[in-house]
Amino acid sequence: MKISIQIEDFDLTTELALLLGKRTDIGAVASFVGLVRQVTSELNHENDVFSMTLEHYPGMTEKALAAIVKQAEQRWKIIDATIIHRVGVLQAAEQIVLVAVASAHRGDAFAACEFIMDYLKTEAPFWKKETTADGDHWVDPKVTDGAARERWKNAE
Amino acid sequence: MMIKVLYFARLKESLNYSTEEMLLPSNIKTILQLKTHLSARGDAWTAIFSGKQVVRAAINHALVDDTEVIKVGDEVAFFPPVTGG
Repeated sequence: MKISIQIEDFDLTTELALLLGKRTDIGAVASFVGLVRQVTSELNHENDVFSMTLEHYPGMTEKALAAIVKQAEQRWKIIDATIIHRVGVLQAAEQIVLVAVASAHRGDAFAACEFIMDYLKTEAPFWKKETTADGDHWVDPKVTDGAARERWKNAE
Repeated sequence: MMIKVLYFARLKESLNYSTEEMLLPSNIKTILQLKTHLSARGDAWTAIFSGKQVVRAAINHALVDDTEVIKVGDEVAFFPPVTGG
């Protein structure tokens, strides 16, 4: 399992190669990459300044992510997984997060990848602050993120 | 007893506090009691800890409920709902 909280960008191809190594029992890899999406509104227009600052709780973040992967391992057959989450200042269109899951079959890889992302969004201690033309503001959690996590509980 | 208290994100900014070593008064046993204690520190503290805002807590890096008991040497963290990913 690789869990990395880093300022630097990541390369998907490199990370997938590291995840697979020389193993021959992996039949599927599902990966998710999250990007900084510029939010536009009446106040914020397309060409306005937009960036995001990501803060986290060093020490807890790594443990929370490892615990989420452990939970996924109890539900699906996972061979290995990679989570990379960036922190610091990120511009629109930059990569924020990578979750990649390797397994023997696609069903386990798809489901575990989505499960890890849904739990990361609601349980890992990261916070986003947006910088827009009308100032800085902390991002509020979305109700749909909570609902996305809850459906896994209902599926148990 | 001494504990360490950390504040993150919106809380850290509005309280202008990131970390403190605190001598916990002996009548304070739980997270909820600590929140009530902190809310008496002044306006910014009251706004955050009086119960109107959702403030999550962790002890020694694990998420806990308001009923969790605080022990000597614990690292207690307060933060808003998370927004990563």
